[in-house]
Amino acid sequence: MLGYIVRRLLYIIPTILGVAVIIFVLFNIAGEDPVRVALGQHATPQAIADLEAQWGLDQPLWKQFLDFLRQIVTFDYGESYFTGERLSEAFASGALVSLSLTLPPFVLGLVINIVIAMMIAYYRGTWIDRFSTAAAVISMSVSYLVYIIAMQYFLAYELEWFPINGYAPGWDAIPYLALPWLIIIVVSIGPDVRIYRTIFLNEMQANYVRTARAKGVSERGVLFTHILKNAMIPILTFTIVAVPFLILGAFLMERFFSIPGLGDLMISAINNGDFPVLKGMTMYITMTYAVFNLITDLLIAAVDPRVKLN
Amino acid sequence: MTRVHNLYWEAAQKLSRQKLVVICLGIIAVYILVAVLGGFNVLPDYQTRVGAQYEAPSLELAKLLGTDLFGRSVLYKILAGTKTAMLIGVLVTSISVPIGVILGALAGYYGGLVDVGIVWLYTVISSVPYILMVIAISYVIGKGLVAICLAMGLLGWVGLCRLIRSEVLKTRNLEYVAAAKVIGANDLQIIFSHILPNVIHLAIISASLQILGAIKSEVILTYIGVGIQDGASWGAMISDATGELVQGIWWPLAGVVLVMFLLIYSLNVVSDALRDALDPKLRGTTEVAEGDAQFEAQEAAVQKA
Repeated sequence: MLGYIVRRLLYIIPTILGVAVIIFVLFNIAGEDPVRVALGQHATPQAIADLEAQWGLDQPLWKQFLDFLRQIVTFDYGESYFTGERLSEAFASGALVSLSLTLPPFVLGLVINIVIAMMIAYYRGTWIDRFSTAAAVISMSVSYLVYIIAMQYFLAYELEWFPINGYAPGWDAIPYLALPWLIIIVVSIGPDVRIYRTIFLNEMQANYVRTARAKGVSERGVLFTHILKNAMIPILTFTIVAVPFLILGAFLMERFFSIPGLGDLMISAINNGDFPVLKGMTMYITMTYAVFNLITDLLIAAVDPRVKLN
Repeated sequence: MTRVHNLYWEAAQKLSRQKLVVICLGIIAVYILVAVLGGFNVLPDYQTRVGAQYEAPSLELAKLLGTDLFGRSVLYKILAGTKTAMLIGVLVTSISVPIGVILGALAGYYGGLVDVGIVWLYTVISSVPYILMVIAISYVIGKGLVAICLAMGLLGWVGLCRLIRSEVLKTRNLEYVAAAKVIGANDLQIIFSHILPNVIHLAIISASLQILGAIKSEVILTYIGVGIQDGASWGAMISDATGELVQGIWWPLAGVVLVMFLLIYSLNVVSDALRDALDPKLRGTTEVAEGDAQFEAQEAAVQKA
């Protein structure tokens, strides 16, 4: 068990190296030039040279890359080129905002969608099933952007149930976050219910279900005690990969509702060539992604005795 | 080969028996026609003024969906955007699907170091935030239509590659592959003429999903400013419409949303039907449902872009 975990953690190293190379090449060699963005078109050569020296961009590329690797190991990516803020602090505050935007609808949506999917699976083959499956496809055919625009317009602007946009720190954020939460949940219903339904229907054909029915367990009992437990394994594998990305927030939401989370920080960092921000964020996501994959596998092995770790 | 022909022939027959699927195929055909006409420049020019600023929809053809800020026809602009949307769908898919199929087949068939390398590559790609990679790659190539298509295409193959790899892994030890080896077929012959025909339906299903995914992503990319810089695009129209809505001008948004919905819905219905029809095994076995779940996960990821 411990050996397995150590081995899996070692596997993360080549992945991190790969991501480091890609990010370095994309932004350092071919991407937007941050010095140009900061100083504008008419900067003097002296000013350019000074700023390059200050940011370490005058060093040879291999040295910059080694520096990047050192940053990865020490978890210290320095300061943002443009705000001068220490990245550890900028990430901590931004991540908190982003999580408050994405985590509640993630958890709530998971519960709601599983309940709906179970109801549909219970009524499989009836008009309820056909109607909901059709509704799911229809809801998936509308662009995310349209959901945001329409719901912001009708619920916030016309009906004034929610503030149109903005953000306040602490608990005061809730009125501002309520509508984005609602939109995230609404958008997730179609695709998630559909996949959970498939998972439930799939479990219903398993042998253990036939056995349970044969020994006289009621249909509801089969669904809630037997099927739900087994279906949680594929449901968890499907949902848990999304968790590392929750911290990045939802950049579209953050843009439309002026929420100061990490998603918007990332987009503006790309536009400005704010390399330290991008390096830090990407590496963070890569590591959490790998760790969460490991956690998923461990969880599955813990709940499903048929799975052997090797 | 007969087996393959039968599978696709039966699938086509199955599809043609479903009314909704036939209607949706018809709708897709109309979009393709509009896109081709747009490509030959025979559609009315959307840049021409047809009336005053922001005229509400009326029964005149050019003003069927009203006019925009510059008095141009919203309908013509949407028709011109159709070409862009279809082009993006086709371009992205024709990059990502071949990569997914080839890398998946190589990884599954050869195993060993080849497999390790390919798995490493897609692990790296899927552990970087998608939107960051798309924006970065499109910057490198130089913003615009081709750039975002390349970016989406170069990143979009991971799901299909995984699926093909695991299917090929199961297939490569089957008796017919061993038989092909015995009669002296080389690796390439085995992969291309013996194994791939048995897994290629996955690529077809995946392609139909990629097309609609790409069209949806373009709208979002254009909204955040990395997509289409000039020319007609549904994404640009939707982002313009955000401000107009508050002034009570709803028709540009309504028009483009409706047109986009019809296309995406039809593609959704057809790809579902394809999935049902092309499953060579009996429905209900776990393997098939696993594939189902994977495709639906792919779609879910697209929806939440």
